[in-house]
Amino acid sequence: MIEFKDVTKYYGDLCALDHINLTIEKGQILGLLGPNGAGKTTSMRILTGYLNPTWGNITAKGLSIDRDLLKIKKMIGYLPESAPLYENMIVFDYLDYVAGMRNIAPDERLGHIERLADTCGLREVMHRPVHELSKGYKQRVGLAHAMMGDPEILVLDEPTTGLDPNQIVEIRDIIKQIGKEKTVILSTHILSEVEASCDRVVIIHQGRIVADGSTDELRESTESEYTVNLMLKDAPADDIRSELGNLQNVSGIDVSGSNGLSSVEITCRTDQDIRDLIYGRIKNKDWVLLEMTRDVKSLERIFGELTKGNPKL
Amino acid sequence: MLNFNSAARIFNREFKVYFISPIAYIVISIFLVVTGWFFFSTFFLYNQAELRQFFALLPITFSFIIPAVTMRLFSEELNTGSYEVLLTLPVTTREIIAGKFMAALTFLIIMMVPTLFYAISIAFIGDLDPGPVIGGYIGSILLGGMFIGIGIFATSLTKNQIIAFITATVICFALTLIDSLLFFLPESMLNLFQELGAGYHFRNIAKGVIDSRDIIYFLSITFVALYASYLVMQEKK
Repeated sequence: MIEFKDVTKYYGDLCALDHINLTIEKGQILGLLGPNGAGKTTSMRILTGYLNPTWGNITAKGLSIDRDLLKIKKMIGYLPESAPLYENMIVFDYLDYVAGMRNIAPDERLGHIERLADTCGLREVMHRPVHELSKGYKQRVGLAHAMMGDPEILVLDEPTTGLDPNQIVEIRDIIKQIGKEKTVILSTHILSEVEASCDRVVIIHQGRIVADGSTDELRESTESEYTVNLMLKDAPADDIRSELGNLQNVSGIDVSGSNGLSSVEITCRTDQDIRDLIYGRIKNKDWVLLEMTRDVKSLERIFGELTKGNPKL
Repeated sequence: MLNFNSAARIFNREFKVYFISPIAYIVISIFLVVTGWFFFSTFFLYNQAELRQFFALLPITFSFIIPAVTMRLFSEELNTGSYEVLLTLPVTTREIIAGKFMAALTFLIIMMVPTLFYAISIAFIGDLDPGPVIGGYIGSILLGGMFIGIGIFATSLTKNQIIAFITATVICFALTLIDSLLFFLPESMLNLFQELGAGYHFRNIAKGVIDSRDIIYFLSITFVALYASYLVMQEKK
């Protein structure tokens, strides 16, 4: 539905986006992930028409931003980072203004505004000036702004930045709700947000896409080794090392413990699961197994691995 | 093509903002006090039923009043980031500029309305020639429109409202006084600079003579300033 074709953006000599190619299907919740300055906001600004690409093009439903920008703008609702709104307007007037700008007929505006006030939890602040609202409420007004006119695509730039944990949960719930019907593109550098909300993750680093897939796919594609943690009772440390350390594909074993309890960390250099082999050895030796877990690679670690280097070198 | 509905909505918002904040009341008060003081302080000395002195001072007064009216139009939006929200709505840069220009021009007209009281009261006490008065008001709107265009250009250049104000004031003063300041030039060159000066064209219209050359001068400088603003805003993309 949305296609980035070789999109490149330079700010003077600085390359912010470097030949980005990306296709986003209808109904996806896509998370754009990357460190600060990676190019997430720039790509969103180009998609929403705030910036022009230096070269390349974006199409949405077959319309091109260089020819049909106004039609594309009608399809997109955008919440910029930190929701810069007109502070001196009251919330109702602000949403009415946005409804007018989105060409919603005057007799339908009130219905739209009321529905959005319910969805975004704005009922109690509708007649307060925007500058009096808390950051969480401003973000909700920004969301209502983005959703005004029922756009097919929602672009949300760091929608939970600066919110408290309760507000973050509320905004995430709203995004999930919206994502059932619409295409949502959200950028963040909060990794748990992507895991909580997105079907697909695109990691951008120094203007280039370095990973693309679901969080599970990313884990699989980057996993070259994993660890298994055990808690054993009445097992001598030397026996553990000799018995489990010589298993195939085990690259390291670390045993520590006291009072008859041993904590064991086994590092495996394969994506093949060897827990059944470990269990077999433990059973043969008649040790008491209290606990066995496999470490799942966190998105933080994947992100760190993918963004620590320089992809342009 | 310009979508007048979008431009009208921007006009509505911008126009309301003037009167939501104290800007409008402060600017209108300063304008009326300054023009009223300078006009009536000499009016009885001349002892003539005319508004010539009032209109003679108007280009100078406009040179610092209008930049104060326009200084926030783009600078504030660029500074707070709300321009990003605005430009990503289904609206074009041209419609944004048109809406903001019309809001400032309407504000200027409203600011001028109380000065009609001067004309009406003078008409009661003497034989007021309506030609120069009508010409003066038409010239004021044309001159004001031109200065608003320059103000919008200045405010499109920077996020800082003070810098926008100073830039616009310098340009407006320069255009107003260019012919008076260059008295030392040879007469042939002085004529050329006179043609460039806003003061010269305004004085012509304020005499009650509506000459197409003066109208074209004001409209063309207004258009050039607004087009330059459009280019500046496009360049930011």
